[in-house]
Amino acid sequence: MFSPVWLILIGTAATLAATRIPRAVAAPFGAASALALFAIALGYVGAIGDGAAVVAPFWSVPSLGIAGGLRVDGLSLVFLLLIAGIGALIFIYAHAYLAGDPRLRRLVVVLILFMTAMAGAVTADDIVVLFVFWELTSLASFFLVGYDHENPAARRAALQALLVTGAGGLALLGGLIPIALAAETTSLSGILAAREAVLAHPAAIPAMLLVIAGCFAKSAQVPLHFWLPNAMAAPTPVSAYLHSATMVKLGVYLLARFNPLYQDEALWQTILAGFGIATAATGMAMAFRETDLKRVLAQTTVAALGTLVMLIGIAPELSIAAAVTFLIVHAFYKAALFMVAGIVDHETGLRDASALRGLARAMPLTALAATLAAFSMSGLPPFVGFVAKELIYEAKLDLGPGAAALLGLGFLVNAATVAIAGIMSYRLFFGAPTPTPNKPHDPPAAMLAGPIILAVLGLIAGLLPALLGGAFVEPAAAAILGRPAAVPLKLWHGFNTVLLLSAATIVVGVALYLAWGPLVPRFKALRVVDRYAPAAAYERGLAALITFAETCTRNIQHGSLRGYLRTLFLVLAIATLATLILRGGAAWPAADNLTDPRLLLFAAMLIGAIATAMARTAIAAVLALGLVGFSIALIFLTFGAPDVAFTQFSVETLMVAILAAALLRLPLRRTDTRSARQKLGDASVALLVGLAVALVLASVLATPFDPRLSLWFGENSAAAAHGRNVVNVILVDFRALDTLGEITVLAIAAFAVAALLRKGAAK
Amino acid sequence: MSASLILRVSAPMLLWLPLAASLYVLLRGHNEPGGGFIGGLLAGVGLIFHAIAFGAAPTRKLLRLAPTSYCAIGVLLAAASGIPALLGAAGPYLTHLWWFPDIGIVLPLGTTILFDAGVYITVVGTVATLFLSLMEEETL
Repeated sequence: MFSPVWLILIGTAATLAATRIPRAVAAPFGAASALALFAIALGYVGAIGDGAAVVAPFWSVPSLGIAGGLRVDGLSLVFLLLIAGIGALIFIYAHAYLAGDPRLRRLVVVLILFMTAMAGAVTADDIVVLFVFWELTSLASFFLVGYDHENPAARRAALQALLVTGAGGLALLGGLIPIALAAETTSLSGILAAREAVLAHPAAIPAMLLVIAGCFAKSAQVPLHFWLPNAMAAPTPVSAYLHSATMVKLGVYLLARFNPLYQDEALWQTILAGFGIATAATGMAMAFRETDLKRVLAQTTVAALGTLVMLIGIAPELSIAAAVTFLIVHAFYKAALFMVAGIVDHETGLRDASALRGLARAMPLTALAATLAAFSMSGLPPFVGFVAKELIYEAKLDLGPGAAALLGLGFLVNAATVAIAGIMSYRLFFGAPTPTPNKPHDPPAAMLAGPIILAVLGLIAGLLPALLGGAFVEPAAAAILGRPAAVPLKLWHGFNTVLLLSAATIVVGVALYLAWGPLVPRFKALRVVDRYAPAAAYERGLAALITFAETCTRNIQHGSLRGYLRTLFLVLAIATLATLILRGGAAWPAADNLTDPRLLLFAAMLIGAIATAMARTAIAAVLALGLVGFSIALIFLTFGAPDVAFTQFSVETLMVAILAAALLRLPLRRTDTRSARQKLGDASVALLVGLAVALVLASVLATPFDPRLSLWFGENSAAAAHGRNVVNVILVDFRALDTLGEITVLAIAAFAVAALLRKGAAK
Repeated sequence: MSASLILRVSAPMLLWLPLAASLYVLLRGHNEPGGGFIGGLLAGVGLIFHAIAFGAAPTRKLLRLAPTSYCAIGVLLAAASGIPALLGAAGPYLTHLWWFPDIGIVLPLGTTILFDAGVYITVVGTVATLFLSLMEEETL
C-alpha cells in the first residue's frame, strides 16, 4: 500500500512531465498517470473498512499552526476511484476526440493538474491543504472551460465559473477559519473530534452558513447553479469529467465531510434538504428548456447535485447510503452520456436533441452504450440506478408524512429523469433517421471505450449490490455519519410501497417523454425565467460592479497631481486627528529644557518651511526645502543620532540634486498660478496636517519612555552580533529580514521608474 | 546638459572622493556610524555629480551594467547572505555567521558584510536609476 502522498507526488510530476512530452502521446500519458493514481487508490480498498483510515503527514507547518496531513477513508476512496478511474477513460476519449487539435497537450496538462488537485482535495485532512487544492480545482476549471479562448462565449463562461466558485471559495475560507479557531487545530479529523467546542463557539452558525455557501457555489446549488450549464462551453471530455463526475461534486464531498459535525443541527438539515430539493426541481425544470444535448445533461447534473445535497441533509443512515450509491451511479451514467453526446456531436456535426433521430443504424455501439447508461439513469432493474432510486425512496418514506413535499418533488424529478434518459437514448438512436451534416458512423475504439465501460459497470454494480455496498458504500457512509453504518444494498426488496413508487415513476416518466416535443418550446417561451433568474442577477451585478469601478477610477484617478496630494494629506490629517480624539485626546509633555541652544535649529527649520511655502519660483522652493532638511539632519546630529543624521545629509543632497535636475526642465521663472482661494485651501490643509502631527508627537513625548528594547539591543549588539553600532546591527542582523524587504521595495521602485521614464517609451 | 568649467574640472574628484568615502563608511558601519544605506547614498551623490558634469551617457558607460542590474544584484546578494545559516543549520534564515581568522591580528569576518554590501549596491542602483532616467527624459 502506497502512502497517499504518492498521489500528489505522481500527479505533480505527471503535470510537469506532460508539458515536455510530444503532443501525439500527451493523452495516453495522461491516461497512464490516471491509472497510476487509480492503482494506488485500489490498494486502499481493504484498509478502510469499519471507519478505519490511511493517514500520512503532508505539508505540516507547525510554526504557522498548520497541522497538515492526508487521510483516506471510505468517502475519500469513493471519490479517488471515481476521479482517477473516470479520469483515465476521459484521457483515452480525449485522445481521439481532440486528435489533431494543436492545443491538446495544454488540455492534458491542465487536466492532469486538475486531477491531482481533486485527489489532494478529497484526501486532505487539513483545512489549509484542502483549501489550496479546492482553489486549484477552480483555477484549473477556469482554464478548461475557457479552452476555446478565441470564442467570447467560452471566455465569459470561464469567468463566470471562476467568479462564482471563487466567491464560494472565499465564503468557505471565511467559514473554515472560525471553525479552526474554535477547534484549536486545522486538522479536519481534529475539528470533527472537537465537535462540542466548534458548536459552542459564538460564530458557529455563521461559520456553518459560510461553509454551506462555499459548497453550494462549487456544487451549483440554487441560486448559484447557473454557471454549470454555461460551463458547457468547455470541450466535451472536460464537461464529462469536471461537470459530471468530479469537480462539481467537490462541494457535495465537503458537505459530507462536515456532516459528522453538523448532522444533528436542525438548521443544517433544513438548509441542505430545502436547497437540495429546490435545486433538483430547478435543474429538471430547466432541462426541459434545452435541446442542446450537453446543456440538457448539464441541467440534469444540477438536479442530481441537488438530490445529493438533499440526501445529506435528511441524514439518517439510509439516506447517507442512498447518497453514496447515487453519487457512484450518477458518475457512471452521466460521464457515459456526456461522452455519448460528444460522440454524436463529433460524428454528425449536430447536438440538438430535437433535430436528431434514428442514429442506431449508423452507430450501433454508441447506441448500446447510451441505452445501457440511460437504463441506469432511469433506475430500471437490474441496473445500479435502480438500487439507488429504491434507497432514495426508502429514505424519504422513512421520514414519515412530514417529508411529503420532499417525496412529491423527488417523484417528479425522478420521472423527469426517466424522460430525459429516454431523450438521450430512445429518441436519439431509434425511429426514422434524420439528415445530418456529416454521415454518422461509430467513432474509433478510444472514444467508445469510456461510455461502454461505464455503462457496463452500471449493470455489473447493479447485479452485485452486496459487493458495491460492502466495499464502498458502507465505508463511505460510515465516514459521512462519523459512526459505522450497516446498510446492506439489495437489488430486490420485494413488493412494497417503494417498488410501487418506482413503477409509477416509470409511467409518469414515459408520459413526460411523450410530451417532451411540445413541452420544450413552451418552456423555452417563458421569458420571465430569463429575466428574473439568478443568471440575470449575475449579469446585472457584474455590469453594476464594472460601472462602480469606472466611477471610482474616474473620481480618484483624475490625473491632477495637486488633487492627489490634497486628498492624501487631508486623509492623513483627518485619520490622525480622529484616532487622537477616539483614544482620549492629546497629552502635553513637560517642557523643561526651553533654554537649550539646540532649539535654534528648530527655528531654522521653521524659517525654511515658511520660505518654501512663500517661494515665488520652484527653484527657490527647492533650496528653501533643503534648509529644512539640513536643519533636521543637524538636529539628529546634536541629539545623538549620528547614523540618522548622516543618512539625512545624504538624502537631502540627493533630493536637492534630483529636484533641481527635474526643475531645470521646467520654465525657471514660472511663478505660482494658484488663485488666492486655492492658496487658502492648500494652506488650511497644510496647517491641519501640521496640527495633527504636532499633537501626535506631543502625545508621544508625554508618554513615559520604555527603554526595554533600547537596553536589550545595547546589551546584545556587541555580544551576539559582533558590532558596536547598534543602529547598523539592527539593520543588518537583528531585523535583517525587514531590511531585505526594504531594499526589495527600493529595487521595485527603481524598476518602476526605469519602466516609466524609459528612453523613447511610447508617450 | 552643459556644465561650468569649474564643475567639469572638479567632477572626477567629486566622483571618486564620495565613492572612496562611501566604501569606508560601508566597511566601518558595523562599529561606527555608517553602513550600507549611508554608503550607498554617498556613492549615489558621487554618481550624480558625474552625471551633472558630463551627462547621462558617460555615467552609464562608467557603470558598465544597467543601473537596474545593480538593484537586482544588490537584492540577490543580500538575500544570498542568509543562505549559509540555512546550510550550516546555524539558525533561521539570515542568522549571520562569523569567522575570526588570525592573520597577525584577529580579523572579524561575518556574512553581515555581504548583506550590507547588498544594501549598498541596491541603493546605488536605485539612485542611479532615478537620476539617470530623469536626466534623459526630454520633456517633463
